Amino acid sequence: MSARTRPITTTEGTKPFSFSEAGLAECKALMARYPEGRSKSALIPILHVAQAENDGWLSVNAMDAVAQVMGLRHIEVYEVASFYSMFNLHPVGTYVLDVCRTTPCMLRGSDDLITHLEKKLGIHAGETTKDGMFTLKGVECLGSCGTAPMLQCGAQFHEDLTIEKADALIDQLRARNSRTNYTDR
Amino acid sequence: MGRKLLFEHIDKPGIRGLEGYRANGGYRSVEKALKTLSPEAVLEEVKKSGLRGRGGAGFPTGMKWSFLAKPEGVPRYLVVNADESEPGTFKDRYLMERIPHILIEGMITSSFALGAKVSYIYIRGEYFYVARIMEQAIAEARAAGWLGKNILGSGFDHDIHVQVGAGAYICGEETALLESLEGKRGNPRIKPPFPAVKGLYDCPTVVNNVETIAAVVPIVNDGGEEYAKIGIGKSTGTKLISAGGNIKRPGVYEIDLGVTCDEFINSDEYCGGVDGRAFKAVVPGGSSVPIVPYELFLKTPAGENRLMTYESLSEGGFAQGTMMGSGGFYAYNDAQCIVRSTWNHTRFYHHESCGQCSPCREGTGWMEKVLHRLEHGEGRTEDIDLLWDIQRKIEGNTICPLGDAAAWPVASAIRHFRDEFEYHVTHREKVKDPKHFAREPFRKSAKFATA
Repeated sequence: MSARTRPITTTEGTKPFSFSEAGLAECKALMARYPEGRSKSALIPILHVAQAENDGWLSVNAMDAVAQVMGLRHIEVYEVASFYSMFNLHPVGTYVLDVCRTTPCMLRGSDDLITHLEKKLGIHAGETTKDGMFTLKGVECLGSCGTAPMLQCGAQFHEDLTIEKADALIDQLRARNSRTNYTDR
Repeated sequence: MGRKLLFEHIDKPGIRGLEGYRANGGYRSVEKALKTLSPEAVLEEVKKSGLRGRGGAGFPTGMKWSFLAKPEGVPRYLVVNADESEPGTFKDRYLMERIPHILIEGMITSSFALGAKVSYIYIRGEYFYVARIMEQAIAEARAAGWLGKNILGSGFDHDIHVQVGAGAYICGEETALLESLEGKRGNPRIKPPFPAVKGLYDCPTVVNNVETIAAVVPIVNDGGEEYAKIGIGKSTGTKLISAGGNIKRPGVYEIDLGVTCDEFINSDEYCGGVDGRAFKAVVPGGSSVPIVPYELFLKTPAGENRLMTYESLSEGGFAQGTMMGSGGFYAYNDAQCIVRSTWNHTRFYHHESCGQCSPCREGTGWMEKVLHRLEHGEGRTEDIDLLWDIQRKIEGNTICPLGDAAAWPVASAIRHFRDEFEYHVTHREKVKDPKHFAREPFRKSAKFATA
């Protein structure tokens, strides 16, 4: 199966979803940026807002809320959400660790970094720790090849990583215990 | 020491803000274009400069602009491709992060030439923090009157919006980018029609890379002829190269097109040579270009010094040359395994295939599977020919160039490093250790001793 079409889940997360007031205002502002009749262009930015307001992933309820706000058919939202790899279609941990695994990072030790993180967290790439704190993802090139190996957590890039630095980061995140999103300012 | 056109002021204090940028001569090209030049005259300067698209394809920018259809009453758009996802490439991020106003300035000047009232920066979702930097810079420029209605009293209106993606390499392909910008899956469109005729919202659109648009600033300031004095032949001006892999000094370098490959990889001004060990191979232009053995990177098949130009890097064709690509440069030392790297490349393309065309969707998956078993000690002799066969059946048979980009790294790896693939079949136990060549570098057999 091509990685570009990923199944959405209907069994997890039946929690209802509605945008916060600020989120809704952001959706409206995003839709107003485009020429008349072209507000569908705001779909990807709005999915980012929805994901940030739904514990870091897109449930069917969250996607349906996006469809309603934008006046789109549900399928128009599902087919886009399932195409882009930054949209999580299953529940994720408080922190999603996107570790770059592509060739330039591999040349500088990303295989060792991923193996170490798997061992330290006791999970495989693609899984979430039992305490719900960390999701580990192997991702493709993040444009940080000169400062490899690296990982992204929320909006932030953690670069020039060593095993020691990665350990310190995990400890620091665990102690902070607050969700990070790609949209964080 | 090359001349710096984009990076001239990059280390000046406050250059990220409008005030600091302006204090170092920023927005002069907008003043010059809007006050003293016609749109046609700006296009003429860009044509004279010989500037070629810096995103990877190297198509002449002036020519691309001249294809833009101009039907009455139909809006035209400039879309800046900041999707930067080609493995090895991080130059646009570096530029936007440190000197965001040069992109905005280039967009205003370019949009004036193209007659575009609105332009978009499509930036990959992973660069969210860079999108924030751009948004802030745009707000500054708008507040100071560089964007908005009747800029500098010229009657020209312009505004810029930042659009974030959400993780898809394919959206760096210009028609996939436009689909994504319209809020759809990033499936490339069949061309023709080209975006210059039917692009964003079915309107005439120019899609250019970040670096290309930034280069319009020095071209308009100093004139196209002055820009064309730098470089050799059809490779004019400067180019940003993002360098990584097993080198001493990774980073982004602005080079004069035409420096020798030897100087680029070995001098302390740029890569600074190999990081310990010995060089083995080079990918000079992002993962999609052919990988070449180190010796063949330094010298052309005719034995001449190879240069960092579009022409010289491709000398020898696909059998003996490579490509400039996006300038995503990475070098391998002799601890690295070419089969492992090729498997890694192919996993990337399989993951990033949009799934529209079956040769790419299925072929990248088969290649990944075959390479995985070779690298993990389960390969068979016939796998090497099978791989060759699959990549040949992908190349040229897809809507967009992702198929070719997936085929070329495999073809070039087999062409230049076939003995290493054979070793993986004959030494299946040894290659099960992922660091097999780190402990004992692979020695080329006599048959492959000279590239």
